[in-house]
Amino acid sequence: MSLLAVENLAIDVAVGEACHRLVHDASFSVEPGETLAIVGESGSGKSLSALAVMGLLSEGLSVGAGTIRYKGQDITHFDERARNQLRGSEIAMVFQEPMTSLNPVRTIGHQITEGMRLKLGLNRKQATARAIELLEEVGISDPAQRLRQYPHQLSGGMRQRVMIAIALSSKPSLILADEPTTALDVTIQAQILSLTARICRDHGVGLVLITHNLGIVARYAQKVAVMYGGRIVEAGTAAALYAAPMHHYTRGLLSSVPRLDTPRDLPLRPIAGAPPDPMQHVPGCRFHPRCAAATAACAQEVPKMEQRAGHEVACWNPVPADQTISEELA
Amino acid sequence: MSDATLSPADNTRPKRRSRLLVTLAGDRKAQFGLIVLALFALAGIFAPLLAQYDPNEMTLDMMAGLSAAHPLGTDDLGRDLLSRILYGTQVSLFIGISTVALALAIGVTLGLVAGYFGGWIDTIIMRYIDLQWAFPNFIIAVYLVAVFGTGLLNVIVAISLAFVDDFARIARSMTLTLREEQYVDAARTLGFSKPRTLFVHILPNAVAPIIVQATVSVSYAILGEASLSFLGLGVDVSTPTWGLILADGRSFITQAWWLGVFPGLAIMLVVLSINFIGDWLRDALDVRQKAI
Repeated sequence: MSLLAVENLAIDVAVGEACHRLVHDASFSVEPGETLAIVGESGSGKSLSALAVMGLLSEGLSVGAGTIRYKGQDITHFDERARNQLRGSEIAMVFQEPMTSLNPVRTIGHQITEGMRLKLGLNRKQATARAIELLEEVGISDPAQRLRQYPHQLSGGMRQRVMIAIALSSKPSLILADEPTTALDVTIQAQILSLTARICRDHGVGLVLITHNLGIVARYAQKVAVMYGGRIVEAGTAAALYAAPMHHYTRGLLSSVPRLDTPRDLPLRPIAGAPPDPMQHVPGCRFHPRCAAATAACAQEVPKMEQRAGHEVACWNPVPADQTISEELA
Repeated sequence: MSDATLSPADNTRPKRRSRLLVTLAGDRKAQFGLIVLALFALAGIFAPLLAQYDPNEMTLDMMAGLSAAHPLGTDDLGRDLLSRILYGTQVSLFIGISTVALALAIGVTLGLVAGYFGGWIDTIIMRYIDLQWAFPNFIIAVYLVAVFGTGLLNVIVAISLAFVDDFARIARSMTLTLREEQYVDAARTLGFSKPRTLFVHILPNAVAPIIVQATVSVSYAILGEASLSFLGLGVDVSTPTWGLILADGRSFITQAWWLGVFPGLAIMLVVLSINFIGDWLRDALDVRQKAI
């Protein structure tokens, strides 16, 4: 039994009378202590999928099909009350912007202990003791002092550490991190990611890491799902997927960032075109207008996820598994 | 690298209570305001001991100027002005502060609820507020007192209801911006209830404009009571309030300047003090501002 198992999830938005599907047929799962990275551009549906798991889709958005199972229980249609029981104590979330996700007029201590006192029923003294432990664990020195400070007195990296401590505070089994390092500079990004991944592994907490940077997750995730235009186009264990990326979009993502194994003066190769408007219907594979290998068949029918070279890919003309990226770029 | 610890900043923030004191030390105007308000409060409490005369005792010494016997003179019925102002302090201060407290509690709650929940709740609350907004505050107070009768409690309720719309509008507009903040979403992902999110996470971020409105409203409330007294709709003819004293003296101002100046001065000093205190509270409660 997976900790979280999402099957054939579809998310719809109501546009007046009509209904438009933003996320199609998304399936992924996370085991305790495991990290799953969902990678994709903005508008690919990765954040929506996370919000659907939290039960916090904004008004007008709804789960159109599929099931979300948490510890084997179908929570897809739980009511607000039952969802609220899960939030914080079972499933917690870390947001993108550490500068704005902390309440500016509450002390760090108040914000860390609030959840524990409410969800775990700790008294002030116990909660403070646990808050100090948590801050120590996320690498903040002099935690007792920090508890009395306000968010504006902390740097961006420290705030994100505090956010992680808050997410852990009510002992959840699953953490969803929505681009937790986008607002931070590169060295801090690496610190925060390895910290998050390590803490989740140590505590047996499942982690869903949502990001647009395929390169950055290679080291921290055991499983990767690449999303494009509301569909998962390639998924599998990180090892298998990075060894032989077969979807042209995944390839495009990898060759659009600098690599150590290609000549230094080789220009980066961006993916031509722009991601599709989520509200626009594209027949067939959603990537075909931007794909160099597109054939007539690509515009006809949506490709299914198929098992190839140790992982799954949804493409009519996948890249041969033995062609490396450096060969392709050369 | 991930285990690198970060050293704390050198400046450590004092707790909120001492923050108030720290900022007070550097704020002359707030000190002035607190002292003046405290003096008035004491004068109100100890009026029976301080006043030389019964405030309603009439003598033949009418409209006498400033003298040792009557430091602030007497009015048209020969009543000692200083004694009347001292007794009036109690009622005027009480009305000024309690009406604002009541209006703030009702108005802010309505505004928070309307702004946070939106939809039909917002529509119902705000259409009522619009309706009230369409009338001048004073007309509403006059109407309420005219219907329910005079008396201390009715005057307080009437004036505070007239102020509810201002607080509701401010609280609602603050809530509309604040509810989009990511820390409000974050509170929801931690499984906090909506009322908790509203009162523990949104309200404290909205205090600054509410305090400013409250201090301004205290002055309007004291003046509002004065206006009601002026129309004979005040607390009670036998209870001296600053407004009533001012209203009584109005007809004789050309002959006895002290009848207008001294009660007016009392109102002005209290209003000024409360504004100074309000400015200080606004700054001191804003944790993002540096304490000196």
